[in-house]
Formats: sequence, C-alpha cells, structure tokens
Amino acid sequence: MNEPVRPLPRADEFDTREFWEGSKQREFRYQQCNHCDEVVFYPRRHCTGCTSGELVWKVSSGKGTVYTFSVVRQSYHPFFRSRVPYAVAWVDLEEGPRILSNIVGVDDPLSEVSIGMAVQVEWEEHENVNIPLFKPIED
Amino acid sequence: MTQKRDAAIVGIHEYPSRDVEGEVSPLQIKAESAARALEDAGLNWSDVDGIYDAGEGGGMGGLTIAEYFGLHPSVIDTTSVGGSSYEFHAAHAKRDIAAGKCRVALLTYGSTAHSNARAIGVGGRGGASMHPAENMDAFAGMTLIANYAMVAHRHMHNYATTSEQLAEISIATRLHAMRNPEAVKAMEDLEFLDIRETTIEDVVNSRMIADPLHLLECCMISDGGGAVVIAAPEIARDCRKSPVWILGSGEATKYPTPGGDITSSAATQSGPQAFGEAGVTAAEMDIAMIYDSFSITVLTLLEDLGFCRKGEGGGWAQGGRLRFDRPSDGPALNTDGGGLSSNHPGMRGIFLLIEAARQLRGESCSQVVDAKLAVAHGNGGMLGSRHSAGTIILGSD
Repeated sequence: MNEPVRPLPRADEFDTREFWEGSKQREFRYQQCNHCDEVVFYPRRHCTGCTSGELVWKVSSGKGTVYTFSVVRQSYHPFFRSRVPYAVAWVDLEEGPRILSNIVGVDDPLSEVSIGMAVQVEWEEHENVNIPLFKPIED
Repeated sequence: MTQKRDAAIVGIHEYPSRDVEGEVSPLQIKAESAARALEDAGLNWSDVDGIYDAGEGGGMGGLTIAEYFGLHPSVIDTTSVGGSSYEFHAAHAKRDIAAGKCRVALLTYGSTAHSNARAIGVGGRGGASMHPAENMDAFAGMTLIANYAMVAHRHMHNYATTSEQLAEISIATRLHAMRNPEAVKAMEDLEFLDIRETTIEDVVNSRMIADPLHLLECCMISDGGGAVVIAAPEIARDCRKSPVWILGSGEATKYPTPGGDITSSAATQSGPQAFGEAGVTAAEMDIAMIYDSFSITVLTLLEDLGFCRKGEGGGWAQGGRLRFDRPSDGPALNTDGGGLSSNHPGMRGIFLLIEAARQLRGESCSQVVDAKLAVAHGNGGMLGSRHSAGTIILGSD
C-alpha cells in the first residue's frame, strides 16, 4: 500500500500556475501592480486595486514572520493524521503576501512556535512541484 | 426613526432528531420541516410563492426544489454562502416581499452530516480543487478547527484573552442546552460523555483539538434541519402566532489580505447595516443568537456587532453575563443550547432565526421575560480565512 502523501496543488490551475512553476526554481513569486502598487496574493490575472492594473511578477526573499498559528492535534486526513502534532500558520512575508503554510524544523511545535517569530521559506521537494514551508530563523 | 415592518417570521420548525440513523434524507428533512412550519403559521403549501434555498439537498437546488415540494414560486433565491445562508435568505425575503415580488417565503434546511459520518471539523482539507485559493491552501493541512484556532491565538496575542474567558461561551450555552429537552436528547444520541452543566475548569481541562481550542469549545456534528416561513404584513396579521418582524439586515464577506486583521470579522460590515436599518443598537438586544461553531466565533462576533469594544470581549463575557437569567447584564446567548450543545448539522444559520423567533413569541425553554428585540448573526465559511456574515434584527409585535 502506498504511503499517504501531502495534497499537492494542480500545476494547471489558471491563476496560480505561475506561482507553482516558480516553486520548481525555489522562487517564491508574487504579484504587484505597476500602476497602483497593490500586492496581489493569491495570484490572479487582474489587479484587485485598480482597473488599469499592470501586474508584474516579483520574487520574495522568502523571509517573514508568523502572523498566527495553531498546532493541529487531530486530523482524519490520511497524510496529516500521521503528522500530528504539526503547526499550521499564516505567514506574513516581508514584501506583503500572507500565505497559509506549516512551520517545520522544530522538535516540538507545541513549545517552539510563537506569533511574531521570524521564519524563512524552506521548499519541500516533490516530483513536479516544490511546497513552500517555513522554518524559524534568527531575527 | 420609524421601523419598517415589511415582513415577519410567521412559521418555524426545528427538526427534532439529531441522529436519523441514515433513515431519512436531507430533502425529506427539508420537506417535513416546511410542512410543520407552514402549519405553525396556519398556512399551506399553496400559499408559498417564494423559495430560498442553499442547495444542500443537491440536484441544482433552485432548479429542482420547487418540483420536490410541488410548488410554483415566482421568486427563487439560491444564495449559498455556508452557515449564514439563512440570514441572507431572510434579508432577501424581506426585500422581495417589500418589492411585491412574493408574499410568503419558505426557507428550509436539511442535513445528515452525522449519519454520513462526515468529519466537518478535523477532516483536513485534502485534494486541491480548481479554485485558485484552494489551490494555494490545500497543502498546509489546515483543519476547520485549526482555522478558528488561529483566530483565537491572535486574539489572545493582541488582547490577552484567556481560555478561561472563552470557556464562558461554552458554559452559558451548555446551561441553556440542559434546559432544552431536544438538546439533551441530541447530546445523548450523539453519545456525549457526562451530559451536565459544565464549569470553566471542565472546558479548559478538556482535550486540546487544535491549540488553543479545546473539545468543549467545538460544536457537535449532528443530523438535522428546519424551516422558516416569512410573510407580508397583511398575511402575518392573520397567522396563528404573533408575527416576529424583520427590522433590519446586513450582509458581507471577508477574506485574507496582506496585513489584514484576523481578529475582526465581516460582522463589522454587516452589523452596522442591520442595526442602522432597524434603528436600534446592540445594547438594546434582549437576545443574541450568534453562530457558535466555536467559542472564539461568538467572542469575535459579539465584539464586531458592538456589544463591547474590539479586544474586550473576554473580560466582558466573564461572570455568567450571557446566561438567560441575567437579563439586566446584557443579551441572553444562544438560548436553545447552540451549535456547541444542541444542533449543528453543518450550516446552523436557520436555527438562529428559529430560536430568536421562539424568544420573541415567548416559547423558549430558557425564556427571557418580556423579550422584545433579538439579533441573529450567521457566520459562513471559515472565520480565519474567507467567510460570510449575515445579520438579522428581529422585533416582537
């Protein structure tokens, strides 16, 4: 029987495919409007700040802070139930995007994850895509 | 300000069973509830000319529900925004009745979530769909409970809110549930352990599901359903029970944005619309029927609706303020026992309208003496990410 795997994104989804394409180069891509400076994330084709938007792709440093988190103790999902307890977090990247992800690289998520802690993207490798997880770094 | 009395709730029914043991379908629950609610109003199927349906019965909702009921409505509204759909439906029914598009509106809900053994709360969010937001989120394994837990964590961080303060929501709701025979039966049928009034210690010592939310801060997963009939004034006057007027409504959605505040919900938009239209304030409410998927949902929504200032909900709720027998302290919360301890088949919004109407008719198991004003606030989707808010202000005749 196959090991349960993390649910992976579809590479062909119209709005987000450029982000996932970038993940293969370990680039955290996001969009910003040349006209109104709006940061758009999750990715879209249109600017949410103005109607004459010119969205351009940029690459984040991958550095950010934990905005909030929870440690999941119970999940019925075949993959995630083998991973409890694990930390789910909204991470604010320094350029503005806020992304839902996991905090990894800690021995005990119950005591080692906190709001405001500095984190850096760490890509989890898969066959056709890499997944942006985050690990703590020094401030 | 003169309150407009364009439409009233005239018939209600809450399907009594929370465990149908796989013997009844959601559509059957909807139809039976509709018949009972029409009887409650003294109306018949043939009086209905507006249908409001969230589509949870399947079959493309709006296309097939009139046929299933055997009706020929002139208004079909299929707003589907999760658990608050019924507050949106009530708002739209009032609007459509005031515009003369229909005169008797039927809202129904049916679900067999418990029988289906659907893990609403801890199911993980597997399988990336083709919606772009889902395609970004699914890899993280955020359970529904973890989503709300992230709101609670940030609330604690910003405002020093404690688990003991959040537990006030759970214990007030359980107190009311223990007075409601259908809620007690629900907890028995769903095999709750140790069914009794709870203490703050019980809640904070219960098992952690997703930090910082404990088991007794999470709603049940039941079967169930219900129906609400809303009618024009000239019909409401002749119904069996006294009318419960829809005085105001508000709707909104909210979603993650760069730098956004997760501790503040779409209720900050829908609440002022509803209270403003009704010409009343939160402080005047006798009853607060607030969507209690989790303790933090209620605390957040009470703040956003203006019962207290943002961040002060924890201290405000302390000391049993939300009990039905402390009317001078503020509103009675979820007097039916709520989603935490009476009924949560996945989309609880219709029960908020039903129990608020019971209170304003004087029919609740935890009746607030001389209750005149109620707010029903539904939250759909997930509070910690994309969610909907429907606020309805109700007043007695």
